[in-house]
Amino acid sequence: MALVEARDLVKRFGSLTAVDGISFAVERAEVVGFLGPNGAGKSTAMKIISGFLEPTSGQAFIEGYDSHTQPIEARRRLGYLPEGAPAYADMSVADFLGFIAGMHGMSKRQAADRLAELVERIDLADVWNQRIDSLSKGFKRRVGIAQALVHDPDVLILDEPTDGLDPNQKHDMRELIRSIAPQKAIVISTHILEEVEAVCTRAIIIAKGRMLADATPAELLARPQDAGAVAITIATGDPRRAIELISVQPGISKVDVAERVNGVTRLLVHAPQSRPTAAELAGILRRSDIAVAEMFVQRVSLDDVFRQITNGAEN
Amino acid sequence: MRPTLLVFRREFAAYFATPVAAVFLIVFLALSAGLTFFMTGFFDRGQADLSGFFFWHPWLFLVLMPAIAMRLWAEERRSGTIELLMTLPVQPWQIVLGKWLAAWAFAALALALTTPLWITVNILGSPDNGVIFASYIGSWLMAGSFLALAAAISALSKSQVLAFIGATAVSFLFVMAGFDLVLSAVRSWAPGVIVDAVRSMSFLGHFQRLTEGVLELPSIIFFVSLIAFCLWLNVRAIEVKKAA
Repeated sequence: MALVEARDLVKRFGSLTAVDGISFAVERAEVVGFLGPNGAGKSTAMKIISGFLEPTSGQAFIEGYDSHTQPIEARRRLGYLPEGAPAYADMSVADFLGFIAGMHGMSKRQAADRLAELVERIDLADVWNQRIDSLSKGFKRRVGIAQALVHDPDVLILDEPTDGLDPNQKHDMRELIRSIAPQKAIVISTHILEEVEAVCTRAIIIAKGRMLADATPAELLARPQDAGAVAITIATGDPRRAIELISVQPGISKVDVAERVNGVTRLLVHAPQSRPTAAELAGILRRSDIAVAEMFVQRVSLDDVFRQITNGAEN
Repeated sequence: MRPTLLVFRREFAAYFATPVAAVFLIVFLALSAGLTFFMTGFFDRGQADLSGFFFWHPWLFLVLMPAIAMRLWAEERRSGTIELLMTLPVQPWQIVLGKWLAAWAFAALALALTTPLWITVNILGSPDNGVIFASYIGSWLMAGSFLALAAAISALSKSQVLAFIGATAVSFLFVMAGFDLVLSAVRSWAPGVIVDAVRSMSFLGHFQRLTEGVLELPSIIFFVSLIAFCLWLNVRAIEVKKAA
């Protein structure tokens, strides 16, 4: 059984459809990244799965419990970090986490043991007795994570866990997520794409409330047209001959002039099957005495994929 | 019951996390003492009783109780902590009850701090302490009704100011329900039964009966059931917001 399951979730606010038919399932040991531009419906979808919002239609399950009709059972198994990592500003870290532990039905003793473990793991010892409103953003976010982990849930839903953190803190947060991932099913939302490559086993791309992709980061990277495109820089302001030569090769779909400055031209050669190879192209040009200044196989970034997929949705 | 207790403790402590609680208590004590001594002539009346003190409570509470209760839910919504609270494995009514109890306990504290007045009348004369006790209970119950009303309204907004204004406006109707100001507005279109029903909702009427010294059962039932109804509305308000 999937630990998290969304079945055709729809959420409308008046005439706005914030979430439009989202379905997916997350198994143990998976870390699913929710990706999407701001306002895509990531947070709304997470709020529905956590049971904070009711869906207009569709169902969400945590370990088989409907988060709307069996909320208590579902929430026992869920750790949720809401957007912005809210916490009671007037409480100390210790009191706040103690309160959350109590609300999860943990005895004083259980809570003390568990919190002692979390303090180590999340590195909260320095601020343990400080009021939450005096904490830096990084510590606040960590308190939010600690709060989600207090009852050691099998399912974690983390809305932008690294938002506003500095690079070191981001790194630590990712390490933490990776370290707990094997025992849990985790859904994180983010608009930072490197994060998906760093921690996620799967990425779901959402824009305008719709799911546009559900694949591993590697599959996503293989997707765009530019995958394996070869960029060739030739030392001439007139690339016509080079284009002619390359275009007639079998396997070439398109040759674009990417840039032409100071008598140097950069061509982008699209070859879907990666045939001919970069080396073969170089040979062809050399035989025609066209000087190749630079040549590399273009590496696709998730940013490109993301832009392509989400822009496609808008057009 | 444990979640309710935990919420109660958290909320009650939250009142004292800022100077607001102290300011509130000082304002309440200063106003109630000031009004008692200067407006209703505590010393001039030559009577050892606290009727001049309790007389002001509906009017004081009209403003002060919404001020206590306005933050209960509006602040959770503004800061986003409501999302934490409502995704914990507890029933919404347990939270609603805990929050209201915290506010009510704070009101009890405010009332308890006025007991020097009670002691004073006992030194100056021999008042009917039964009446005074009944009046305190009546005042506390009425405070609870104001608070439950204000808490339910607070659940609808993320602005404390709006929650305060809304709660004061609605409370004003309840206080004035026995007066022609409200009754004439109803009388113009509603049958006599409804007019009587509205009149019977008057906080002022019920409170006056309680301060006359008998712990009159209908008035106690009125306040208790109004509190229960408002707490139910509070739970509903949260659920409706969830589906919106």
